Amino acid sequence: MAATAQDSLAPLRSGEGKKDEDREEETEYSPFYGIEKGAVLQEARIFHDPNLDPRRCSQVITKLLYLLHQGETFTKKEASDVFFAATKLFQAKDPHLRRMVYLCIKDICPGSDEVIIVTSSLMKDMNSRVELYRSNAVRVLCQIVDGQLLAQIERYLKQAVVDKSPVVAASVLVSAVHLIKHNGEIIKRWVNEVTEAAQSRQPMVQFHAVALLHALRASDRLAVSKLVTQLTRAQVKSPLAQCLLVRYVSQVIADSQPGPGGESRPFYDYLEGCLRHKSESVIFEAARAICNLRDVTARELTPAITVLQLFLSSSKPVLRFAAVRTLNKVAMSHPMAVTNCNIDMESLISDQNRSIATLAITTLLKTGSEGSVDKLLKQIGGFMSDIGDDFKVVVVGAIRSLALKFPAKQRALMGFLASVLREEGGFEYKKAIVQAILELIQEIPDAREAGLGHLCEFIEDCEFTFLSVQVLALLGREGPTTKEPARYIRYIYNRIILENATVRAAAVSALASFGARVPELTARVVVLLKRALYDNDDEVRDRATLHLTQLGGAAGGPEAICPSLQLNLAAMEGALAAYLASDDTQQPFDVSTVPKAAPEAKLPKPQGGLMAAAAAGGTAAAAGGAAAGGAAAAGSAGGAGAAAGYSSQYEAIIKARPEFASLGPLFKSCAPVRLTEEDTEYAIHAVKHVFAEHLVLQFDCTNTIAEQCLEDVSVMLDLAEAPEFEAETVLPLASMPLNEVGQCFSVLRRPAGISAGKMGCVLKFTVKEIDPSTGEAEEEGYEDEYQLEDVEVSGSDHIRPLGLANCQCSASPNIRLLCSADSLLLLLLPPPHHQLEDVEVSGSDYIRPLGLGNFRGAWESLDPATEREDDYGLGPREALQDTVETVMGILGMHPCEGTEAVPPNARSHTVLLAGQLPGDVRALVRLSFGMGADGQVAMKVVSRGDSEEASEAVHAVIQEA
Amino acid sequence: MDTTCPTVKSLIVLDSEGRRIAVKYFAPEWGTVSSQANYEKSVFAKTSRTNARGEAEIIMFDDYLVVYKCLGDLMFYVTGSLNENELILYSVLQAFYEATSTLLRQQVDKKTVLENLDLLLLVMDEIVDGGLILETDPQTVASRVSMRGADGEVPITEQTFSQAFASAKEHLARSLLK
Repeated sequence: MAATAQDSLAPLRSGEGKKDEDREEETEYSPFYGIEKGAVLQEARIFHDPNLDPRRCSQVITKLLYLLHQGETFTKKEASDVFFAATKLFQAKDPHLRRMVYLCIKDICPGSDEVIIVTSSLMKDMNSRVELYRSNAVRVLCQIVDGQLLAQIERYLKQAVVDKSPVVAASVLVSAVHLIKHNGEIIKRWVNEVTEAAQSRQPMVQFHAVALLHALRASDRLAVSKLVTQLTRAQVKSPLAQCLLVRYVSQVIADSQPGPGGESRPFYDYLEGCLRHKSESVIFEAARAICNLRDVTARELTPAITVLQLFLSSSKPVLRFAAVRTLNKVAMSHPMAVTNCNIDMESLISDQNRSIATLAITTLLKTGSEGSVDKLLKQIGGFMSDIGDDFKVVVVGAIRSLALKFPAKQRALMGFLASVLREEGGFEYKKAIVQAILELIQEIPDAREAGLGHLCEFIEDCEFTFLSVQVLALLGREGPTTKEPARYIRYIYNRIILENATVRAAAVSALASFGARVPELTARVVVLLKRALYDNDDEVRDRATLHLTQLGGAAGGPEAICPSLQLNLAAMEGALAAYLASDDTQQPFDVSTVPKAAPEAKLPKPQGGLMAAAAAGGTAAAAGGAAAGGAAAAGSAGGAGAAAGYSSQYEAIIKARPEFASLGPLFKSCAPVRLTEEDTEYAIHAVKHVFAEHLVLQFDCTNTIAEQCLEDVSVMLDLAEAPEFEAETVLPLASMPLNEVGQCFSVLRRPAGISAGKMGCVLKFTVKEIDPSTGEAEEEGYEDEYQLEDVEVSGSDHIRPLGLANCQCSASPNIRLLCSADSLLLLLLPPPHHQLEDVEVSGSDYIRPLGLGNFRGAWESLDPATEREDDYGLGPREALQDTVETVMGILGMHPCEGTEAVPPNARSHTVLLAGQLPGDVRALVRLSFGMGADGQVAMKVVSRGDSEEASEAVHAVIQEA
Repeated sequence: MDTTCPTVKSLIVLDSEGRRIAVKYFAPEWGTVSSQANYEKSVFAKTSRTNARGEAEIIMFDDYLVVYKCLGDLMFYVTGSLNENELILYSVLQAFYEATSTLLRQQVDKKTVLENLDLLLLVMDEIVDGGLILETDPQTVASRVSMRGADGEVPITEQTFSQAFASAKEHLARSLLK
């Protein structure tokens, strides 16, 4: 009988004697060959047969489940048909069929409305005297019921918790753990029964009872701690339950405040005791928990390391892996504690399981002492050839950090890197090695000559253009200052002869660098460069020509070949773009006007226009972000830095206009907003400047069409949706320059305090065609309009962060004014610093010691009558830290006293924020966050201000968001 | 759910070419069949060339910890999250393949398993319930799958069916080898 004859009706398990030899030899034999959903569903009709054939029915169920497992899906109709039919099978007495029916109901449950059909049958089974019926019925029921039905069967379930049979009790407890999410109230009533079950001698019953007890208390830290105290004293025998307990204990330890001085942790003794348990999983769980303790001491670690060391020599890969993974983690923070395991670890280098071997190597490299480096390298050398590239990259990374740790061993480590560089390998691997060598050359002076030598050898036979170019650039930079620069010339010149155009061009530049910086080589380099003049690639020829001219003294002379451009690249780009956009390209571009290094490059020339301003603003933001790196408030600090940056740049523009003098000091400038699509005829950006009683909208306009001349440009504002604003003056732009930025302004009067709204914008201008023959604009023009996107003014535009962010830009004059605005908070700040990093450090250093007194002082100095309080539900959140950052971002205020950092695992937290509103009005906010068991976050906002409006404004901003 | 409880993300049995025999996913990240298939493909690609016949092996990749064991021409996998206790996952795997092998009278190969797929599905159902570990003792699992203890209402012929079948097959195999 061939397999093709196996139609879907053939029995699944071939009958006793029907097996013939043909089928035995059939290689692709499968009982499900040619199975089809439609046919199986047809077949399921036998469920309705009054004379049930149990064996055939369970075969059909298996087929249905097979289809499901192969990814087939049933429509709702099909599922409910099968479901109905399957309920008929409860009439059969066959236990195997019954077991299959249970499984089938769980997998094919079409919806809660159909569930009612099976509940009575299941309830009957729940009271059966056969324990397996009881347990399975409980599991099925709990999986498919809703809350209402659950209340009906609760009585039976509660009884089942203390059932004599372990399988029944375990089933109901597991189901309860699942149910607790939606029906916690019902489960809570079972506490007495569950507590009794936790004393059970049956391991799985105890395990699930402990899990359930904890789940019932998970939201209450105190109760968890009590439970843990209770359970650690009681007899918990089940290994899995004990693993759970270890986890709870480490949670309690993590939540508790570390004791002062050398006071031992609570429960540490318990963890240590678990290290002597007879079950390996408990031992490991405890060892892992000890290794992960916060600020663990070497003495606490020792017993854990000892048991892990035993695991290292186990015959089971899983044990070895578990141990080496944990030790690898410990080695990062406590390398000395792991050194005892080094001998065992070394034998793992040749482990069959590559994950284990790699972890062992990286651990060894982390813990290795200076003396063992050579031995280690020898061992790894033999191992490198038979592992995959991704593992090799990890090893190379570890070697690099080892070399940086022991510079004295660089010769051996460099030699190792060189030897692996010679072997076969993919791009990622080679790149990792080259990067490692590059870093060593830079960090360790002694390694330079050897490293360059290895790299020269490498590019002799390198298939990766990217790496060749990188190495050549490095040779050009570092080579000339070595003892024997001449020896590199040959390697580089070989590239000019043998390689592709990209590499040739890089080689020409590298060669020229030697010529420029080593006078005795100049003549020889010139000879070599001349040969490149006939190269068939343009770039190579151009470079050769340029460099030859430079070496001859023209075009900037030899110094120009390798200029040390210590420029702020973003500012450079901005300046170049501005230069290209200006008409005056007759004058050569003056590099000296570009700011030099990043920290000083805060304030480009006011005439630099929008692009330079935006570019530098971006740098300031990036620098601010980088400086705050790792700090919890990185995002907000970066943003604040950028905002402050904008203020300082635009202030110059505003000050240059006498029209604005009457408006008083500028309070805040917002980041530019684009009002046109990319690549349209006109590029318009709007910048909102907030004054005490005015809002100035600055429109940066750029014309991109050369054939048109735009004159008398202004922006018409539609204030229908911003009733609080009143148009005062419009300062039009006489002519919109081509590819350059010109400004027109609209001044709006607004009430003091916070006013929000949306304004429609229409650009109005007079178009004059430019005659292409003469290049002059025609006399007659026509008026035209251009619809722009709306400008929105929101509450947060009026809030300026107070505190740290202000001192970041202390170079600008208006910031000192800001500082004095809130002397309370900034009283202890150091005199202005110019370097961002310095300010970051000192800022946080000085703010923290202010302690609570300062915020409280400020808080209490404000009139309690201005206090406004409100509660907000924020919905489910992952963690409080993200929530805090989001809210701080919305408010645009500055955190005080380091309250922006939420302690790990905290379920509630209070953040203190300070901000300033127009008119030097302070607003202080106390945000209290609380997280419920289900991840729902609630926020209470209490604000006070110099005026009631200020306090209300905070709530307005939050409600808006 | 309580995050401290040890959980299993999936149980998978694949054949020697990486094709699915039976799978059970408990974690929500594999909601679609295609994501499941992708996961099985990458697991198989990373494990098929290793030797997991003697002792169960372990591999860590992406965000998963996978313990696996090769039996006959089949691969048994248990997946857990990265911070799971490796040894607990291992005990689940052990229960998984040992119970299967007991029920199939040590005849674990693709053909036998497919012929007795119902038993394999029940083993999976008895070991893990919705991601939580229900039982890890292979003998207990095997006896629950075969509904031992539910007699009284059970015809004896049914009870010993798989046994009779296995011995008949063994007999046949022996006669063929001669």
